[in-house]
Amino acid sequence: MKRRDFIQNTFAGVVIPALLNGVSFKAFGNVDENAIGDENVLVVVQLSGGNDGLNTVIPIDKYSLYQNARTNIAIPKEKLLLIPQTDTLGLNPAMTSFQTMFKEGKAALIQSAGYPNPNFSHFRATDIWNSASDSNVFVNNGWAGRYLAIENPNYPIGYPSTKYPDPLAIQIGSVVNTALQGPVQSMGMAISNPASFYNLISNKVETTPNTLAGKELKFLREVANQTNLYANSIKAAAAKVTKQATYPNTSLANQLKIVAQLIAGGLKTKVYYVSIGGFDTHSNQVNTSDTTTGTHANLWKTVSDAIKAFSDDITTLGVSKKVLGVTYSEFGRRVKSNASGGTDHGAAAPMFMFGDLVNPVVLGKSPDIAASPNTNDNLTMQYDFRSVYASILTQWFCLDQAYVDDVLLKDFQPLPLVQVQACGKITANEPSIVSEELISNYPNPFADSTTLTFQTKGGHTMIQIFDNVGRVIAMPVDGDFEPGSHEVFVDTRDFNSGMYFVRLQNGEIQQVRRMVK
Amino acid sequence: MSQHYSPTAIQGGIDEYKGEWKTTQISHLLKRTMFGASPDDIAYFQKKTIKQSIDELLASLPDPEPPLNFYETADYKDPQGIKFGETWIKAIYGDGTVNSRRRASFKYWWVMQMANQKRNIHEKMVLFWHNHFATEINEFNDARFAYLHNTVLRKYALGNFKEFVKQITLDPAMLRYLNGRLNTKNAPDENYARELQELFTVGKGSGSKYTEDDVKAAARVLTGIGINNDRMVYNFNVANHDITDKKFSSFYNNTVIKGINNATGIQELDEMLTMIFAVEEVSKFICRKFYQFFVYYDITPAVEKDIIEPLAKIFRDSKYEIKPVIEKLLKSQHFFDANVYGAMIKSPLDLVVGTLREFSVVFPSPKDYLQEYYNLFGEMVRQGQIMQQDIGDPPNVAGWPAYYQEPMFYEIWINSDTYPKRNQFTDTFINSGFTKNGRRIQLDVVAFAKKMPVPNDPNKLISESLNILYKIPVSDELVQQVKKDILLSGQSSDYYWTELWDAMISKPNDTNTLNMVTTRLRNLFKYLLALPEYQLS
Repeated sequence: MKRRDFIQNTFAGVVIPALLNGVSFKAFGNVDENAIGDENVLVVVQLSGGNDGLNTVIPIDKYSLYQNARTNIAIPKEKLLLIPQTDTLGLNPAMTSFQTMFKEGKAALIQSAGYPNPNFSHFRATDIWNSASDSNVFVNNGWAGRYLAIENPNYPIGYPSTKYPDPLAIQIGSVVNTALQGPVQSMGMAISNPASFYNLISNKVETTPNTLAGKELKFLREVANQTNLYANSIKAAAAKVTKQATYPNTSLANQLKIVAQLIAGGLKTKVYYVSIGGFDTHSNQVNTSDTTTGTHANLWKTVSDAIKAFSDDITTLGVSKKVLGVTYSEFGRRVKSNASGGTDHGAAAPMFMFGDLVNPVVLGKSPDIAASPNTNDNLTMQYDFRSVYASILTQWFCLDQAYVDDVLLKDFQPLPLVQVQACGKITANEPSIVSEELISNYPNPFADSTTLTFQTKGGHTMIQIFDNVGRVIAMPVDGDFEPGSHEVFVDTRDFNSGMYFVRLQNGEIQQVRRMVK
Repeated sequence: MSQHYSPTAIQGGIDEYKGEWKTTQISHLLKRTMFGASPDDIAYFQKKTIKQSIDELLASLPDPEPPLNFYETADYKDPQGIKFGETWIKAIYGDGTVNSRRRASFKYWWVMQMANQKRNIHEKMVLFWHNHFATEINEFNDARFAYLHNTVLRKYALGNFKEFVKQITLDPAMLRYLNGRLNTKNAPDENYARELQELFTVGKGSGSKYTEDDVKAAARVLTGIGINNDRMVYNFNVANHDITDKKFSSFYNNTVIKGINNATGIQELDEMLTMIFAVEEVSKFICRKFYQFFVYYDITPAVEKDIIEPLAKIFRDSKYEIKPVIEKLLKSQHFFDANVYGAMIKSPLDLVVGTLREFSVVFPSPKDYLQEYYNLFGEMVRQGQIMQQDIGDPPNVAGWPAYYQEPMFYEIWINSDTYPKRNQFTDTFINSGFTKNGRRIQLDVVAFAKKMPVPNDPNKLISESLNILYKIPVSDELVQQVKKDILLSGQSSDYYWTELWDAMISKPNDTNTLNMVTTRLRNLFKYLLALPEYQLS
């Protein structure tokens, strides 16, 4: 990890105390460098099914285009929930709890997170998000598992240890998320039966049939509990927390309640996964009588209420400063709604982050929506989801950037998503809301060719051209550039006529522009 | 404990079972009489009647090919000139180094026989007799003796028990293991004479009342038997034989065996076995062991009366033929009572070899990869070993405690050390498999799923798989949870699995789809094989 080395290097280069967000530079000198990041916990909320991002976060600045694309499910503009971070979007009216968290500065939003060449299969897309692989590469372990394996290559041999007395990662639920699969072993605690974990927390005993086989089953379960090396530490942590805030009575809220209990009980587990399903809203995702209600609204009420309850609970329990949360779904949904009042499998979608130390920003702009959208139109990615992972790794787990490509298989640039206190280091750039147009093309519409003009602040710069379903058609720029303005000629004779998106990435700056042949 | 469960005691007597003959009954029969119940074997016996099935399981088999020299390397050759791929069973002993390699060859070969078993009870019977006439290779040492001993177990596995005992008494491995070769008239060694009665024939139940003097007398009968190490057979040296008369207690009807003072002195053994086998307790003792091995450990008074006694009578009436007894037991109503299903904890070899067979694990061809072939079976031997069942080396002459030790019996297999190893075994076998010199064996979960009747229906895929892998029902809640979390990646609609499976079938060369299916099935089977239910047979 070389956390200490990295901190020293970073401090050596620090020149501008103003960047430290009002926290005096001196204070960082007292930071116990060994402890930095060690206590930080990540809670990942999986939204299974593919969340419809465009009805989660609605573009106010492109409202008529949005309404036109989704006549049967559009949410009325006046019902949208506004947040202080931006005036170009509103939240789904069911997300009042999230609105509060944005107002409190405890939530962040990353618009249009995705990856090039998106896959529309639940299975493959889930694998891609969990493994953090490119969409054409099959990797059978997970990003969080690879991260945990850096410091724990031999796990589970020799565990629990003095340094790691508790599970490295816990899945609340029956099956460990493949994101926690390490190169050799799953780094997540295997809970062999969904009931047994809850029983462990609540000290209950599973029932067995009153048969001869039931007698042996009972015996086997008893031994299994004895051999669950972490059973005692989990029990002990759970027992320390007897009073918790009130949570809604939903599965997700109950899962998060256990997470709060274990964190506050002192469990040193680094990563928790919780999940909620049902986002596969092909039909009737809203009530036609009132589009602010219905399946999708209920899901988001469940998610935001659960997360808010969790946030309040860990605040009361005094552990909120060491918890960062993030949501993800395997894909977003199509721009245009379908005839059955739902949306089909799509590409990019928003991700939320939450926590005391989250950088409470909205990254990205409202997605592009065509005036006459096709059935196949997708939201083009503005941010690679692996840049979000990179931010978590470097800014929350304080992983040296040099190790990021070990975990994420490529060197993804982090985004400014976590406040600097978390790792006692300074992010290279403060959150930048880029209003300036950094990339343009002429002519547009184009025929046989077009010339891209782009501005870079220097260093690695990449330009990808996507088609309307998110496939990468060309990558005219991929290399180091001097700061300033540059031009590149693109031969477009092979392009079919239609809509394209050209995406500039330069460090944490990402910008997408629409163009047409 | 048996009191607590008495309301659900096993029903049915020894009369012929004529009930349902479906997967549940077939897999029960196969899991108990073979190593695991593979989907292919279940399908095969579904087309037969129960009688045909059991008759086929009890049919006699030709001897297997003997173990081979797989141990030759660039740096090591068999010092007696046995070439790579040739058998060493008749070679000269050589030295400790080559013997240890032959011992490995023998053990690996043995588990190979189990894994490659025909649709037949034979390998389970051989294991039963290995546990009954327990010997330790670590003690008697010579790999060639181990093989010869094994051929006796094979020859008599379903044969005549009285003749079996005679051959075991004269078996070189046993003569070494229990010091029979050192038993002379001037220095009698009672070791074998005691175990012959206590462990091999009359047992130590309440019906067994042989005396210490009977042990001494039996030892004297057996004096003079030694080993011809060159020919690897017993010999009889009358000079070492006690030629006086041997008097036995009232338990043996005060029998007197006349001392014979010539080369035919070995015939005293026949007389003694006739005397021992005249005791009814022999038939009961052995039938109880059959029962505990194949049915359940708890011999209640009702079981003793309704099952053991009638079986023992068949045993005696047939002059101690083994096959009719096993046949009667397997065909009985009692054997097929539902309460028996899953009531046994798998032995380590049942788990290891059963998993190999239920998932039809494909080994590299022994023709092309003999060394890897043997070494991969060696890995299976080692797995059994770390779970406390080292084939060829039981802990002592009584066999493995899990087969006899009251009150825990086969619960003894499971403890905080061995249980995680069982889970690691199935996890590893699914995740990465076992590799020797680049040749790998791994559970092919896709191939297994393809053998299920409707694999593109996630509910049926799970329930049909469980029907084969488990002998105890699981809650529908668990099945739904596993289906949703694993096969559907959190989705609610079963259709997604159907679509994925069908895509794999229609596009067999699409590795991406295959990978997606494989990942999910691996997780599914890792999960199912890690549940305690998989440990029950």
